[in-house]
Amino acid sequence: MSEQDGVATQENGAMDEKNVFFTPFNVIAGGIVIVGLLLTILRFTKGLGTVTNLSNTQPWGLWIGFDLMCGVALAAGGYTTSAACYLFGMKQYHSAVRPAILTGFLGYATVLVSLLYDVGRPDRLIMAYPFIVQQGTTSLLFEVGLCVMLYLLVLFLEFSPIPLEWLGLRKARTIAVKLTIMLTIFGVVLSTLHQSSLGALFLIAPSKVHPLWYSPYIAVFFFVSSIIAGLSMVIFESSLSHRAFHSNMGKPYLEAHDPLVFGYAKAAALVLFGYFIIKLMGVAAGNHWTLLGTPYGIWFLVEVFGFVALPCLLFTIGFRDKNPGFIKSAAILSIIGIVLNRLNVSIITFNWQKPLSEKYIPSWMEVMLSIFMVTCLVLVFRFIVTRMPVFYDHPDFTNNH
Amino acid sequence: MAITRRKFLGWLGAVGVGTTSGKKNAHASAGKEFAGYPDSLGVLHDETRCVGCRSCEDACHRINNLPEPEKPFKDTSILNDKRRPDEDSYTVVNKYETSKGVRFRKIQCNHCLEPACASVCFVTAFSKQPSGAVTYDPSVCVGCRYCMIACPFEVPAYQYNDAFTPEVVKCTMCAPRLEKGELPGCVEVCPKEALTFGKRNDLIKIARQRISKDPDHYVDHIYGEKEMGGTSWMYVSDVPFEETGMREDLGNTPAPKLTSGALHVVPMVVALWPVFLTGMYGMTKRREKIAAVEKAHAVAKAVQEAETKAADQLLHAMETAKIQQENALIIAQAEKEKAVKAALTKTDTPKSEEDS
Amino acid sequence: MENMMYTLQDYMLHTENTLYIIMGMSLIGMVWFWFFLTGNQEDE
Repeated sequence: MSEQDGVATQENGAMDEKNVFFTPFNVIAGGIVIVGLLLTILRFTKGLGTVTNLSNTQPWGLWIGFDLMCGVALAAGGYTTSAACYLFGMKQYHSAVRPAILTGFLGYATVLVSLLYDVGRPDRLIMAYPFIVQQGTTSLLFEVGLCVMLYLLVLFLEFSPIPLEWLGLRKARTIAVKLTIMLTIFGVVLSTLHQSSLGALFLIAPSKVHPLWYSPYIAVFFFVSSIIAGLSMVIFESSLSHRAFHSNMGKPYLEAHDPLVFGYAKAAALVLFGYFIIKLMGVAAGNHWTLLGTPYGIWFLVEVFGFVALPCLLFTIGFRDKNPGFIKSAAILSIIGIVLNRLNVSIITFNWQKPLSEKYIPSWMEVMLSIFMVTCLVLVFRFIVTRMPVFYDHPDFTNNH
Repeated sequence: MAITRRKFLGWLGAVGVGTTSGKKNAHASAGKEFAGYPDSLGVLHDETRCVGCRSCEDACHRINNLPEPEKPFKDTSILNDKRRPDEDSYTVVNKYETSKGVRFRKIQCNHCLEPACASVCFVTAFSKQPSGAVTYDPSVCVGCRYCMIACPFEVPAYQYNDAFTPEVVKCTMCAPRLEKGELPGCVEVCPKEALTFGKRNDLIKIARQRISKDPDHYVDHIYGEKEMGGTSWMYVSDVPFEETGMREDLGNTPAPKLTSGALHVVPMVVALWPVFLTGMYGMTKRREKIAAVEKAHAVAKAVQEAETKAADQLLHAMETAKIQQENALIIAQAEKEKAVKAALTKTDTPKSEEDS
Repeated sequence: MENMMYTLQDYMLHTENTLYIIMGMSLIGMVWFWFFLTGNQEDE
């Protein structure tokens, strides 16, 4: 019977872990987690000053630039996929929705945890001070915070059918599934808002962000590039998952995989094309052509040509020639491009007028804690997909989608 | 009054109110401008008078109970370092080698008329007081440090080394002392009158007077009169401000204006995105339904065609069968007749044979 | 004079507060309105 299959899968997963618990992956992950936990204790007992290289001139470091900025962008697969499937009628992507939602949910949860490390008074963040005590509505950070919190809730609800199926809670699951369309629309609205507002956060600092990255269009840049990040992450992740969790994948997922990759590559190529154009328009609107010759300008060109134009080309070739290798490398390139862009805006070109000696370089502990966050995400992801119906349809609920 | 009566009446006229009772102005006209609190206070720092004695730093530390620095305030060797206000000091004096020799500049919060820190704070911990001071309320601060990102003058500092109750640190313009009618500490102790305290409007007049009295000496610019929408703390100098480490590229846009565009897109997205997306969903549904109906039609048509064809075939077959049957009958009849005939002839013949 | 707004910041805080309240209501209102709009239809 179908239920037995589910149980069997679970047991297989558990047995695999028992048999080869000390795989290289597990050993490294375990090491990172232990170091991460020690650093966590250090962070919360000795303060930010001990753990980070943050300064008064560079108050936002790796945890904002990478964990928040990149984390949110790379978790955009959730809203792009669910919108494509439920709102735009691309039902062939249905099997990709669950992994994408799961990644999105875990990504946002990680962002939230990272923020608790980064802010000076995490207790007040948990107590939702900005929304309960005093509302600073003129701040774009208020909007980002509100949207991220609401979106986390939306993602949780979108994700909830997975554990509910796993636990066999039929009624609750039916209610959760009924909300799908509404949640998807809310998710897209909230994502549009906070993805773009993350860029708009820097509108207040025209004297600190390099003019090539500071643009009145920055909010649009961030939103459009988040779509690229979402699409690329789904492609990248599905190829990784394919290798790692093949045994947990159901037939529909495996069958839909190739058309999905090609469809996403096509979409990514198109969005990258548009993104490239608007980046160009950003330079034109600010009349920053002369700056392109400066070292920062060359760095800008590297970002725009190496990590926007090039992946666009690779996606195009990959899609036209049905070449998964090209598509995979294009996805990786554009993911690096998004990370680079976020770091450029928030860290690398921030305070560009200051001498290099005053530049912020993250401490090893900051880097380690960022790696710790990512590792935890991967571990939780693995825990869930090896047990819950993510890559396969739960046998009891196959026809109820 | 910061907002002149004439301007104010102009606003009223613009919307046709035409009364002079006006108590509200926030919705007077679309082109409204805000000139800040009337009679708000400020300080004018004259760089030509400052000698870098650090008395202001000393007084500031005493009044605000800040930790004593390692080197005493009398030690002026530290002036050679490029310092900025930090978690242990609200104000610092830096020394600059300029085209006209050594100059000193006191750095502290400039108390903007439209503070960037207040604009970006998502718990409104910062507020512009009617007195002119920009104050900070640590009891709500979450410690996101966005204020430090936003401040164009790089003033707010953070107590990174406090593990449990870190706060943002910045000059308060001695707001508690102002309430008591006292001068800010630094102004009070300045031995050279490099710092002038007063109503901001008066300070601008004083600055103009100094510049016009000695136009060859002073740079014809009051730093802070318009920068970032204007600051309560202003500077005059005899060397370009750039030479004393001040940014001259900040522009005159008040901080809230920098983000207002992006902020105003938000409600539009909230209102129209669901409409658009629901529309998309509706269209998708509709298309699916039409497709389903078309499919059903096509199926029905196919079925019908098949049925008609089958019926035709049946009919045809039946007709054929009928004809065949008839033919067969005819043939059978003919054969029967033939047989009968044959039989008859046969019987006749034997008969005749018999007969014969 | 307490109604007078002297700074752009105060003004924007006021308008944004109002906008956020309207936004919250509009999201809820949208859901309600959708059900009202389509509530009279046969289940098609």
